[in-house]
Amino acid sequence: MKNLENLEKIINSELTSKVKSSKIKHNQIYLDIEENDLINVIMFLKNNNYTKFKQLIDITAVDYPENDRRFKLVYLLLSHEKNQRLVLSFAIKENEVVKSITSIFPAANWVEREVFDMYGIEFKDHPDLRRILTDYGFEGFPLRKDFPLTGHDEVRYSEDEKKVIYEPVKLEQNYRNFDYESPWEGTKYIKDLNKK
Amino acid sequence: MTKEKKTLNLNFGPQHPAAHGVLRLILELDGEVVEKADPHIGLLHRGTEKLIENKTYIQAVPYFDRLDYVAPMNQEHAFALAIEKILKIDVPIRAQYIRVLFCEIGRILSHILNITTQAMDVGALTPTLWGFEERETLMGFYERVSGSRLHANYFRAGGVHQDLPKGLVDDIASFCEKFPKIINDLETLLTDNRIFKQRNVDIGVVTKQDALDYSFSGVMLRGSGVPWDLRKSQPYDCYEQLKFKIPIGKNGDCYDRYLCRIEEMRESTKIIYQCLTDLPKGPIKTEDGKISPPSKKAIKQSMEALIHHFKLFTEGYRVEEDEIYTAVEAPKGEFGVYLISDGSSKPYKCKIRAPGFMHLQAMDYLIKGHMLADVPAVLGSMDIVFGEVDR
Repeated sequence: MKNLENLEKIINSELTSKVKSSKIKHNQIYLDIEENDLINVIMFLKNNNYTKFKQLIDITAVDYPENDRRFKLVYLLLSHEKNQRLVLSFAIKENEVVKSITSIFPAANWVEREVFDMYGIEFKDHPDLRRILTDYGFEGFPLRKDFPLTGHDEVRYSEDEKKVIYEPVKLEQNYRNFDYESPWEGTKYIKDLNKK
Repeated sequence: MTKEKKTLNLNFGPQHPAAHGVLRLILELDGEVVEKADPHIGLLHRGTEKLIENKTYIQAVPYFDRLDYVAPMNQEHAFALAIEKILKIDVPIRAQYIRVLFCEIGRILSHILNITTQAMDVGALTPTLWGFEERETLMGFYERVSGSRLHANYFRAGGVHQDLPKGLVDDIASFCEKFPKIINDLETLLTDNRIFKQRNVDIGVVTKQDALDYSFSGVMLRGSGVPWDLRKSQPYDCYEQLKFKIPIGKNGDCYDRYLCRIEEMRESTKIIYQCLTDLPKGPIKTEDGKISPPSKKAIKQSMEALIHHFKLFTEGYRVEEDEIYTAVEAPKGEFGVYLISDGSSKPYKCKIRAPGFMHLQAMDYLIKGHMLADVPAVLGSMDIVFGEVDR
């Protein structure tokens, strides 16, 4: 825990204004930055002797459709030497292009492709920005909150045409999303009770 | 007159016995030498992350079984740990031991499958037949504890679904006694086998630096000589109380990775044995009625228990607003769950970090300059399962 606090101090003193906010939670450091500082911050975290975050664990995005800056991009880093994890995040607008970090971490290649595939966020200077998980010729961005759970097209083999065909999704029963809102207080109250 | 150099494009898969699932690999060949490999994945994409966003936390657990379907409980573990950390639940010690016990069974399940299919890819059939007999026994243990051989749905936030049935502890113990001999038998078929060595030694070599750069984890990282295992470095549940070693490779080739897996199976057997002998008595899930469902008996007698039961299986428990990344050492590497909760009973976002995805990404780097026949060997040693790669 002490190490973590020291590490947070070092990061804050070295990056100064680049860090919008930082906190320690669940034994990890959470850093909030701005998009245009991304490359500098990642370079620092990877190469500095006190941080040594040599491994990129994952990149992902989170969609908040009601926000002006709709997407939050999240970079997860791991330092083997210091045995620490770091969560780096920043918010971007819908059509904003993010700089690719493939030149720093080769592993970013596919993960950035996945973010592009799922959220439609484009990465500048990415060597090969294609869709990765969805079907050839797929349209739309599945993990955006406004994409329907059932999707748009379904695939089947047509006996008449003797080939696989695409059709709009037809459901026998619509997806039912029940509203469970209730005055049930959830888990918090029992914990307060135990404290007393 | 200069001869024009022509390369051949070969489509490996999507259905190929050595692809371990549905992988379409487009290879650019110069004669028999691979110049470029472009894996096309996603043929098994089911939208797990999207589905989880629309399910309650309890309903989301079975999706984790279907990721890496040869070691299902290891994935459930990561998800359960994430929720427990947010809700700050203390897991009873017996539940921790049971979970570790079954995670290690999962590791053996996965390693047997990998080693034997890797052997089959390079031409040996017998290990598969021997190994699968053991897998059958292990899946029998899965069935007795959870009711199903593969898709267990057994781990819960706060513990496990139910206690071990009568006699299971003894049966697993007797398995632990005879399993090391079976590993020895497997080794007599493979470790010093001339053909197996010719096909694996110095094939698909990964240097330490590249293993880090390409985000390798698990055996892929340890095979290259990086001593890193989350069970030791960031221990979760009761791993701290158990004694085991982490085997490390030297050369980073397919053969070293095979040796690491063999050793890991031996260590896993020891862990299982320790879990069985040290298995404490007590509850197997948290007694917080707001999180784990009440017993059938309690429902018959207590109004509160009845309400809890009803609310848990309709609304589910709510998880306060938080953001967390938790990882476990799955058989294939670091399996992580990045969870964002928003105070409702469904996750707002659940990103699954699959080790196989990162490993397969390095296919082009690993196979460049190798022969076409080495493709299955390298693919086999990466331990790819498409359930987790495609999600």
